[in-house]
Amino acid sequence: MIRLEHVTKTYPKASRPSLDDVSVSIEKGDFVFFIGPSGSGKSSIVKLMLHEIKPNKGKVFVNGKEISSMRSWKIPSFRRSIGCVFQDFRLLPNKTAYENVAFALEVIGKSKAVARRVVPEVLELVGLGGKEHRYPHELSGGEQQRVAVARAFVNRPLILLADEPTGNLDPDTSIEIMRLLDRINRTGTTVVMVTHDSNIVNQMRRRVIEIEGGRIVRDQARGVYG
Amino acid sequence: MRAKYVLAEVLVGLWRNVTMTIAMIITMIVSLSMLGASLLMYLQVDEMKGHYYEQVEVSIYLDKTITDDQRSAIKAQLDADSKVKNVLWETKEMAYENFKLQFADAPDLVGAISANELPESFRVALKDPQQFEQIKSAYADLEGVDTVVDQQKLLQKIFDILGSIQSLSLVVAGAMGIAALLLVANTIQVAAYSKRREVAVMKLVGASNWFIQAPFVLEAVFAALLGSILAWVMLVIGKIVLIDRKLAALTDLLLPVSWGNVNLMLPVLAGVGSVVAAVTAWVTLRFYIRV
Repeated sequence: MIRLEHVTKTYPKASRPSLDDVSVSIEKGDFVFFIGPSGSGKSSIVKLMLHEIKPNKGKVFVNGKEISSMRSWKIPSFRRSIGCVFQDFRLLPNKTAYENVAFALEVIGKSKAVARRVVPEVLELVGLGGKEHRYPHELSGGEQQRVAVARAFVNRPLILLADEPTGNLDPDTSIEIMRLLDRINRTGTTVVMVTHDSNIVNQMRRRVIEIEGGRIVRDQARGVYG
Repeated sequence: MRAKYVLAEVLVGLWRNVTMTIAMIITMIVSLSMLGASLLMYLQVDEMKGHYYEQVEVSIYLDKTITDDQRSAIKAQLDADSKVKNVLWETKEMAYENFKLQFADAPDLVGAISANELPESFRVALKDPQQFEQIKSAYADLEGVDTVVDQQKLLQKIFDILGSIQSLSLVVAGAMGIAALLLVANTIQVAAYSKRREVAVMKLVGASNWFIQAPFVLEAVFAALLGSILAWVMLVIGKIVLIDRKLAALTDLLLPVSWGNVNLMLPVLAGVGSVVAAVTAWVTLRFYIRV
């Protein structure tokens, strides 16, 4: 599903690589945590999978396609097969929860009729039934992240990438978001989550890949934060 | 649905930076109307050249002491010359008639001159008016020829003046055009900045590049179309007020500017304006802010 082969990424002006000869393979339906201290390079992995950055060396395969050499005009359609959630939610402040999710459909050419059918369904799924018409500032942090998850999942992507999705949330709310991601994972969606929240990692008991100084130092099937 | 979305985005975008939009449209009006005026001038000069060169002649003035033999020799040479379209022999009497006509306003002058004092001449129409020099060198030294005068020379001065006015308006059009381009680029940057959240989300969920860029590019094109229509209106007003009224006396000499040419400027300016605006907007998005 996702495969990194000897990937090295050095940012311009950086003295040492953020990722140094990293190889990792993630199967369909996996739930994987990337953990490690700040600056360890774990966020670069999400960016590589999204084709936001390109590796200096090595290859990145997502959904069976080698994306590191993908032509730029093919990236949009590639991104439609991936859902994304971030620490800062990235919602549009002038749109309601419903409109935020519908916007994601609208801009990839889905009709309003499709949105009317699908959006309430996915908002219900993330537990926001009845709050469709609230604006982001009228929602709690956890609720805003649910909107973001709904937006990421509304296209039923094969992969859900989550870059510190609980970074701005309190522990209880974080657990709720994790339950939601777990539910999404059980529908067969591969979930890749970058975090440094040890509580969550320890509770979930899923595959843990630890990165330090740009290298994989641990890859454990049912790991803890350690 | 998508067209409606894009159109709504364009209007909202233009309204959001309305002062910038107005500045952009005004510079476009000025630069496009200068361009239009310059193109019209170009067409006009072309038309005038055609019109006047048909009529201009080379005058070969003859010596007062010319003999009949010399005259018929010159005439024979002119008739045989392949560069010559036709030849008219203007006698002293004919020259006097013309003189009287030309200076009908000044009877004193006419009274002071008698037919005998005017030179007779051959009025030669050339197949190619540019070949004056060859004619001059061939005939100026013949026996009985006084001087060879090219009427084209006189016209050339008028054309030179028109040409420099035309170059000036092209320079102004170019300078204003650059200002318009920079304003388009600036407006697009501001528009993209004010929509950066939307753009980020669009990229994230995989909206196609044209879908992200189209509203911005169309904003520029819309402004350019509006600018070109207003520029054309300026040209129409210019023709009615300036050319047809204030300078009406001159248009007898300079030929009237036709409505056909003025109307032709609408599609030309709209085309030039919108293509340039679209390319500028697209380049700005693509290479400068990487939307």
